[in-house]
Amino acid sequence: MVEVPAGKDIWRWGGEAHLPVRGDLRARLRPYRVVLASRARSQTAYRANFALDLVSSLLAAVVELAEIWVLFHAVTRLGGLEFQQMLLVFGLADLAFSLADLTFGHCDELSDYLRAGTLDVFYLRPQPLLLQLVTCDISLRRLARASVGVGALGAGLAVNDIAWGASSVALVVVALVSGVAMFAALFVWAAGAQFFLIDGAEMTNAVTYGGRYAATQPASVWSRPVRAVFGFAVPMAFTGFLPTLRLLGLPGPAWFPTWLGWCGPLAALWVWGMALLSWRWGVRHYRSGGG
Amino acid sequence: MSTIIETVGLTRRFTVREGLRRRVLTAVDELSVRIEPGEAVGYIGANGAGKSTTIKMLTGILVPTSGTVTTCGLRPVADRRRIARQVGVVFGQRSQLWWDLPLRESFRILAAIHALPGDVERARTAELVERLDMAEFLTVPVRQLSLGQRMRAEIAAALLHAPRLIILDEPTIGLDVLSKQRLREFLVEQRRSHGTTLLLTTHDMGDVERLCDRVLVIDHGRLVYDGDLAGLARASGAERVLAVVLAEPTPDLTDIPGARHLASEIRGLRQRLAFDAQASTAAQVFAAVAQRAEVLDFTVEEPDIEDVVRRIYARGPQYHL
Amino acid sequence: MAEPGVGFGPRATARVYWRLLRAGFRRQSAYRAAMLGGLAANTAFGLLKVAVLFATVRAAGGEVAGYDVGQMNAYIWISQGLLGALNLNGRSEMATRVKDGSVVVDFLRPLDVQAAEITIEVGRALFALISRAIPMLAIGAAIGMALPASAAAFPLGALSIVLGIVLSVASAYLVGVAGFWLVETRGIQICYMVMSGFLAGMFVPVALFPPFLRILAQATPFPAMMMYPVDVLGGHTDVAGMCGRLAAQVAWLAGIAALGQVLTRAGRRHLEVQGG
Repeated sequence: MVEVPAGKDIWRWGGEAHLPVRGDLRARLRPYRVVLASRARSQTAYRANFALDLVSSLLAAVVELAEIWVLFHAVTRLGGLEFQQMLLVFGLADLAFSLADLTFGHCDELSDYLRAGTLDVFYLRPQPLLLQLVTCDISLRRLARASVGVGALGAGLAVNDIAWGASSVALVVVALVSGVAMFAALFVWAAGAQFFLIDGAEMTNAVTYGGRYAATQPASVWSRPVRAVFGFAVPMAFTGFLPTLRLLGLPGPAWFPTWLGWCGPLAALWVWGMALLSWRWGVRHYRSGGG
Repeated sequence: MSTIIETVGLTRRFTVREGLRRRVLTAVDELSVRIEPGEAVGYIGANGAGKSTTIKMLTGILVPTSGTVTTCGLRPVADRRRIARQVGVVFGQRSQLWWDLPLRESFRILAAIHALPGDVERARTAELVERLDMAEFLTVPVRQLSLGQRMRAEIAAALLHAPRLIILDEPTIGLDVLSKQRLREFLVEQRRSHGTTLLLTTHDMGDVERLCDRVLVIDHGRLVYDGDLAGLARASGAERVLAVVLAEPTPDLTDIPGARHLASEIRGLRQRLAFDAQASTAAQVFAAVAQRAEVLDFTVEEPDIEDVVRRIYARGPQYHL
Repeated sequence: MAEPGVGFGPRATARVYWRLLRAGFRRQSAYRAAMLGGLAANTAFGLLKVAVLFATVRAAGGEVAGYDVGQMNAYIWISQGLLGALNLNGRSEMATRVKDGSVVVDFLRPLDVQAAEITIEVGRALFALISRAIPMLAIGAAIGMALPASAAAFPLGALSIVLGIVLSVASAYLVGVAGFWLVETRGIQICYMVMSGFLAGMFVPVALFPPFLRILAQATPFPAMMMYPVDVLGGHTDVAGMCGRLAAQVAWLAGIAALGQVLTRAGRRHLEVQGG
């Protein structure tokens, strides 16, 4: 027998009657929290699989660090930086990328979602589409990746000669937060572009993963066209290289004055602007039947 | 209560690229329809006739090229999120459940998505589980469910937030006879006790017959019929078929009044007779046959929906309403 | 790849594999947007590699581990051109077919499963090679790529590229057939993907590796997939060196193909015992 709460017709259409009031943030965020918690539980349910996922994710980050280390095995300075200084660039940029990948990385599977009709299902739920996409999954295995970033950043902060103070701490925090925001925006940008490109994952990967690769390089080695692209259009130099220059008080190369190290938030705003435009265009294209 | 669905001159065109040439395809053409609360409407037409396109415009997934559409008194694109709270949709091909999670978990997440209070969530889930007989597979991951089980789960998921309108896209496709029957009974009951408005697309005449009191037929994007099922059979002139198994070999029954001999098998032991649903009843034809030979068994075959639709199409758009 | 086309004469067998090769080629040619995307990705990564590796050569005083700027340039663009054709990700159709059980149907056909699978994949790779390598080489040539000193490098290089492609496909096949015994091969595949690119010399030439890492790399088949063809064609070695690398490729291919054959047969027996 079904137990019906006394004095209440459980099927009476509630409409918006039981919706959380505007100020109640906790209640408003509950749908997203429930989905994410459920995704996290299901990923960790099979321990052996999850362990292997963690190992492969860790390995990927170690190999990326090794690629840089191998170069410094051949030369002592690259683009004016020594390996211990490069550790800072890598640590800042790779940690930011890992955290964005953890939370936004699945956005580049949008083309699969489009094919499987998952996006149409999002339309049938009373939350904003982009928020649903971002919170529909989380890749916990990328925590292993982030640990390499944390290690590199920690080592970089320890071995370099940094004048510690409120401003240097603030600089590291600002750089990390805006770095995560920039990479997250790249994933959203790429998702928006997927609406137009069939099988376009590889093209958008050039921006997301190419961006990560660029972010962990000393930007001083770039030619002018590359500086324009990965320095400003997709401002990857702002995630690791420029904050490192500022933190260590090093002189900047052409186009990259040291004070730009503080401008991560501006760069993040710029990338988010492009990302939201791309998403908006994408959704409009989809709604007008191009999807 | 206000009208649930209203479209006026609703039109949707797509540009299709064929090599270098572009062709404009009209998927929905000047569709004007009103559906009132509590109605059960069958929306039928051949594949590619424009059914899915219409549903997408009703729910805000697609923007109309021209014309207007209101669902539950709201404009689908601008008010998508508010409409989502009042409408439940079951797409046959795309699941709203989480494939790797136990079914129970999907219901919990959907309840959170629709911000259902805990007591309402528990009571509604319990009732749906009981009525749709889902208790035995509630803890099974969705990907391991059979088609029939999954379809029941999809319908429960679409009803959890007590929508005023439920749209079902081919709800019984691929199901066995028993599952179909149970699903239909559930939907009839749901409509009777909660006044839920039903809109379903289907290829199955049985669905329309048992669930719907109104039929819309769409052809190449145009509405070619709007009325009840009997009227549809009348309008189409589609024939029903009486198939009989006789006790002894019998010559072909070519002269039964109101019926047309279709085929004989095994020296006339089995025969099939077509008759116009309007002119004769199955009982009249059966009685005439029984006078000629001893009948061991018989079945009445309803006109195939494809056949009805084909006939409606063949008569052209002058049959408009 | 022994026992090709059981029950056919040699001519018929050759025709079957030629058809499979063409089918793979055509299948790949259907993905035009993906090809353009791949080209964009290859170019972006190539330009970043140019930046960092040229800086390395200059910082080392004009030459590092035998590479001057021109040779480094050749390394970068030849390797970028090969990327689309090589299977360095360890994914294969075989893995899916083993997992969903449709491999049973393959075993019913009068064809060697391993050879047929590899032939189709090589056909796809050849299309990717033509469509991707030419634009990359054009960029390399525009920037000033070193040409090999000996004309022998061209035929030997072409042979080496084909060997590298077949080797990469045959190795990915091994990951796929591991699915006969493992429930989930995704973990292996991802580890394979992570290690293969690095050890094949995708980002840094293997010659720049410190000695222990170089030895580790050469103990795997990965350098034979990408680094050796690049060395042969990029003018980084003399004719003797070219022949040595080709010999290494042939040896790896023979070993890996034989292992694949053994695993395929064992997998088939495993299926028969388990009843699918």
